[in-house]
Amino acid sequence: MNAGVLHIVRPGLLTTVQDLGRYGHQAAGVPVAGPMDTFSHRIANQLAGNAADAATLEITLIGPELIVEADTTMAIAGGMFEVTCDDRPVGIGVTFAVKSGQRLKFGRIVQGARAYLAVAGGVQTEPMLGSRATHLVSHMGGFKGRALTAGDRIPISHEPRPRPHRKSVGLTLPTNGRALLRVIPGPQADWFQADALRAIASVSFRISPQSNRMGYRLQGPPLVRAREDELISEPLGIGAIQVPAAGEPILLMADRQTAGGYPKIGYVISADLPVAGQLAPGDFIEFHVCSHQEAVAALISRERQLLRYADLKDVS
Amino acid sequence: MLLVELEPAIDPVINERAILLASRIRERHARGVRDIAPGYSTVGIHYDPLQTDLSALEHAIEHEFARLASLDVIADRAVIEIPVNYGGSYGPDLDAVATFAGCSVDEVIKRHSARIYRVYMLGFVPGFAYMGRVDPSLAAPRHRVPRERVPAGSVGIAGLQTGVYPVESPGGWQLIGHTTTVMFDANRDQPSLLSAGDLVRFVPAGDR
Repeated sequence: MNAGVLHIVRPGLLTTVQDLGRYGHQAAGVPVAGPMDTFSHRIANQLAGNAADAATLEITLIGPELIVEADTTMAIAGGMFEVTCDDRPVGIGVTFAVKSGQRLKFGRIVQGARAYLAVAGGVQTEPMLGSRATHLVSHMGGFKGRALTAGDRIPISHEPRPRPHRKSVGLTLPTNGRALLRVIPGPQADWFQADALRAIASVSFRISPQSNRMGYRLQGPPLVRAREDELISEPLGIGAIQVPAAGEPILLMADRQTAGGYPKIGYVISADLPVAGQLAPGDFIEFHVCSHQEAVAALISRERQLLRYADLKDVS
Repeated sequence: MLLVELEPAIDPVINERAILLASRIRERHARGVRDIAPGYSTVGIHYDPLQTDLSALEHAIEHEFARLASLDVIADRAVIEIPVNYGGSYGPDLDAVATFAGCSVDEVIKRHSARIYRVYMLGFVPGFAYMGRVDPSLAAPRHRVPRERVPAGSVGIAGLQTGVYPVESPGGWQLIGHTTTVMFDANRDQPSLLSAGDLVRFVPAGDR
């Protein structure tokens, strides 16, 4: 298998290499990283004929321009960018063949915030601790532990054998920059004034400009603590809604730390994390409290979407 | 993520139970479990909800914990020595900690390096070990406004905790010195020098 390259002409706002994340080292404080929208990452891989854990490029709000130096098959899933390949439009959620030397150009984003570019065989940067996911703060994984910049040459597999042409309906993206996210109570839900969990479900929170892959700072009515104790730092996971003393919640996302000392009022359920990953600063979140059973049922129906042949057709 | 909560305390025995519980679940109940991380008195279990029967996992945790609940000894471990250059440009808060403690700088160094610390947990950045307990006289609080850049190798105090910054990062701890010991290297067999439960002594560089 010969190597090919993605030659980055313009990097876009924030383009990183991501796979399913660096699990297995959180006891040593190693953050997981991975896609903000794991579901669309998996769709892109599925369309390109890859395993779910193949590395893709995560593209944020302003997309890159790049030259593909390989004959290969690619697919883009997630946020609705206007994309061209040598000035021919390329659809989101469909496979497309690329000839070596062709130029892929991301234009305006119409809906969502992040897209995933998969290439047959996957992005082939050097794995670190078993993963290619980029963690920006600790400069780990991906391409030199950082976001892509102009002139980077990103190694990819060279798989000239065409993959079947497929299409997928993909994730239902948030409309008008608003999303409803379901939450289950967090380990310190009782540290807040009675009904605080219900209260967060009755208002909209705005994602502040000081938000990134680590987390979204949420602007809204402050959440009032009933207990002023200092929490002993404890492990935390993606989707945690932690509340610092000032009462402005932070929704922890892909690049979160492994542990923290702020009380967590709730967790966004796994099925809705991909939707959260399609939000940007200025967008609005409404929360809806649900049970663990509902959370699992929602995840099962989300997973069915990936399995359903109706959504993923080989088309000629 | 499932959070298993033991008694909320910074206590070596409770921490030992959390660490052992984490390793037993890792060894015996791995199905659907992606990652396990112990905290001071908690265990975070990152599991795939579709591969894991949550009630069976909870049952297994209760079973394992019942066997650990009477554990009241801590396994013997070798003490890992970390050489430290106290003060100077890498220890800009040493004087402030001395003022806080109402003692001389030399006395701060003596008190900080006299104790054997336990690594309670790792977090914040790869290889960052939360160690305790610091001599209460030295327990200066974090800076109200964290520094934007703390150099890798900086040794700090935050209340009763002490630690070493493995990589350059923002940080609010009181910086009293610096070590050249590499705390984390992803290319080593064991990337993190320290694991939860380890024992550490800081050695003033001139004393070696």
